[in-house]
Amino acid sequence: MPAMTAVPAIELRAIDKSFGDVHAVRAVSLTIRKGSITGLVGENGAGKSTLMSILYGLYRADSGEIRVEGERVEMGSPRDAIAHGIGMVHQHFMLIDSFTVLENLVLGAEGGFLLGRGMAAARSEVARLEREYGLSIDPDARIADLSVGEQQRVEILKVLLRGARILILDEPSAVLTPQETERLFRILGVLRDGGVTVILITHKLREVMAVTDQVFVMRQGEVVAERRTVDTTPDELAELMVGRKVRLGVDRQPARRGPALLRAEGLSLVDRHGIGLLDGIDLEVHGGEIVGIAGVSGNGQTELLQVLAGMRAPTGGTITICGRTFDAGHPGDPAERRALGLAHVPEDRLRQGLVAAFHASETSILGYQNEARFSPHHLIDRPAVRTYCAELMQRFDVRPPLPGLRSAQFSGGNQQKLVLAREISHEPKVLLVGQPTRGVDIGAIEFIHRELVRCRDRGCAILLVSVELDEILALSDRILVMSSGHIVGESAGGTASERALGLMMAGMKAA
Amino acid sequence: MTGDLSAFVFLMLAATVRTAAPLILCAMGGLFSERSGIVDVGLEGKMLTAAFFAAAVSAVTGSAWWGVAAAIAAAEAMALLHGLACITYRGNQVVSGVALNILAAGLTVVLGNAWFARGGQTPALDQPGQRLMPLFSPRAGDNILVYVALLSVPLTWWLLARTRFGLRLRAVGEMPLAVDAAGISVGWLRYLAVLLCGLLSGLAGAYLSIAQNAGFSRDMTAGQGFIALAAIIFGKWRPVPAFGACLVFGLLDAVAIRLQGVRVPGFGEVPVQLIQALPYLLTMFLLAGFIGRAVAPKAIGIPYEKEP
Repeated sequence: MPAMTAVPAIELRAIDKSFGDVHAVRAVSLTIRKGSITGLVGENGAGKSTLMSILYGLYRADSGEIRVEGERVEMGSPRDAIAHGIGMVHQHFMLIDSFTVLENLVLGAEGGFLLGRGMAAARSEVARLEREYGLSIDPDARIADLSVGEQQRVEILKVLLRGARILILDEPSAVLTPQETERLFRILGVLRDGGVTVILITHKLREVMAVTDQVFVMRQGEVVAERRTVDTTPDELAELMVGRKVRLGVDRQPARRGPALLRAEGLSLVDRHGIGLLDGIDLEVHGGEIVGIAGVSGNGQTELLQVLAGMRAPTGGTITICGRTFDAGHPGDPAERRALGLAHVPEDRLRQGLVAAFHASETSILGYQNEARFSPHHLIDRPAVRTYCAELMQRFDVRPPLPGLRSAQFSGGNQQKLVLAREISHEPKVLLVGQPTRGVDIGAIEFIHRELVRCRDRGCAILLVSVELDEILALSDRILVMSSGHIVGESAGGTASERALGLMMAGMKAA
Repeated sequence: MTGDLSAFVFLMLAATVRTAAPLILCAMGGLFSERSGIVDVGLEGKMLTAAFFAAAVSAVTGSAWWGVAAAIAAAEAMALLHGLACITYRGNQVVSGVALNILAAGLTVVLGNAWFARGGQTPALDQPGQRLMPLFSPRAGDNILVYVALLSVPLTWWLLARTRFGLRLRAVGEMPLAVDAAGISVGWLRYLAVLLCGLLSGLAGAYLSIAQNAGFSRDMTAGQGFIALAAIIFGKWRPVPAFGACLVFGLLDAVAIRLQGVRVPGFGEVPVQLIQALPYLLTMFLLAGFIGRAVAPKAIGIPYEKEP
């Protein structure tokens, strides 16, 4: 371990910030050593992004002070942060798709009214950084033509070009394949060895363990713990984040496989521009098993779920649900499928899972509103719906348990529990689940996973689509890997290695 | 005979450029606004207001140059209103634009009546110095604003493609968040764009009332602001293709004037109304089916709001 330098890169003292009634950051003090990689972990809403936004000048702290390399600094805007050598790589890239790499790099630091000279200077700087840190990228490529991993490298280059010595990365691996993540971490290692201070905001504990030197854990706006990475474990960090013991794994019995309830044969989908989104998908899901679909997002998983759920008609192939067959000529619709016993927890909870402006009680019967118990005589029986919703909320631990609250006012995890409750409580024979834990806290993840396994044990056939490889590995009895609209590989749940899956996700056949 | 032909071509060309000039000025102005992410349905209204003030001030002061200055000031005032509604108060940009058009249509007539009492018209500009006169060729009608219009195209292209201002402007129309994160003020950039648009549409308005015509008459823009908007879209938000679209519209207009009273074999005399409708028909035709996939700036029409 390198010797402690006398002056820390960053020192925060009693930083405090409220948004209206929400006390987002409570008197946080922390010190970050120069030339280290620091992890900042915490659940959604724990305040880690807010804290970093204060450091980067996006928000102004209500009180407290920021010291960069020993010097007290007022961060009024990102411009101040950049001037003090702080750069941020946002979770959603701040890149302009129609611009070239070089144009993106010089934006905001053009070096004069005419672009020519600044662009030439940036070009040679990029070449230097490429030599020093191995960040290879074609400066004349258009952003839209780059892979996500390459776009992220452009973001890092952009920050380094501004002379940043302190690099903040917000959930950098959320959009990457395991291989791309590995490459990113190698780059971060080289940067650290070159004296750059790296701060990693993440909720993936495995990555914290793999790459950081020290970790800060935040909970409800406070830093609740500081650990050297070598001295801690993922279980300890999870417990610190949630504030109670959490089981990271999922307990489950071996699958008791029943008959095939969901089957797709030669399923394909071509959009109206003639672009193939799904190509000859064959799959089978039996009662009592969870089949996981792994893949980098945007490789056809979304479309597969839409087609299976009846939201979109396939252009070829057949879908068989509980013995009833649909094809391009008779695509059916979601209501028909629901009548057959199929339930769907959609990927995009806010647009397809619920109506943000509706009361929770209304959300809790969406799609089932015509059942006699909710609408006798074709009119909705509101008291009955409220009672029903209150029961669901109790059973599925939705907080706060208020049926009259608007759906948008629940946290992501509680919205998801409500949607899941609605779908599972009808004891479906087939359940389609997309990204069940996207934007959901660890505590709620644990609960949702347990409910999915219980549903499986009741004999339900579950198709799980997730970009979180950990989730696929933890829950699936069988794993299918999708890449560019194809199923490129299959592996049994217990034996799958993350590396092999990662290679398949990147479009390479398993060796 | 060749002399006749070349004279005919020259006159047609001159007529095309003459009718296209206000469209070009307006389109280049609108292009700045739209590339920065601010939809400008109000081009028509800005041009109309500018035309009125140009003629009114020129009639009163006797100087065309005061007229031009007043046109610019009036269009900038409208542009600032639009900016205030769309940038500062993050209102709906189309609604603001439509409101400006309605305001312009009413205001010019009301003020015209109040000041000159001629049914919304301004006094005819028949004194020397009250109009911008042709510089070199009276037959071609090449007043200074025609040259300004022609120059505005390469200038717009150069600003957008080769300067810091242009890069930032294009960026703010695509992804304002990235511009903000780079430490550049989104609002300031968009105001600049909207003001540039005011300047150019002001010149377009002045052209109509004190160069092309000798005075203001009610609703004299007759939809030319919308045609300029169509030219922007038809040109896919790029200066040179938008310029080309303006020329096509200008040519159509020139042809329409030529065709009046001409007998087409097997058809008879072409109805004037049909000819006059041609530019508008073409606009609809082009916009409906022929532009293919026009790629608008991604953030166009969306007010920029920082997250809480």
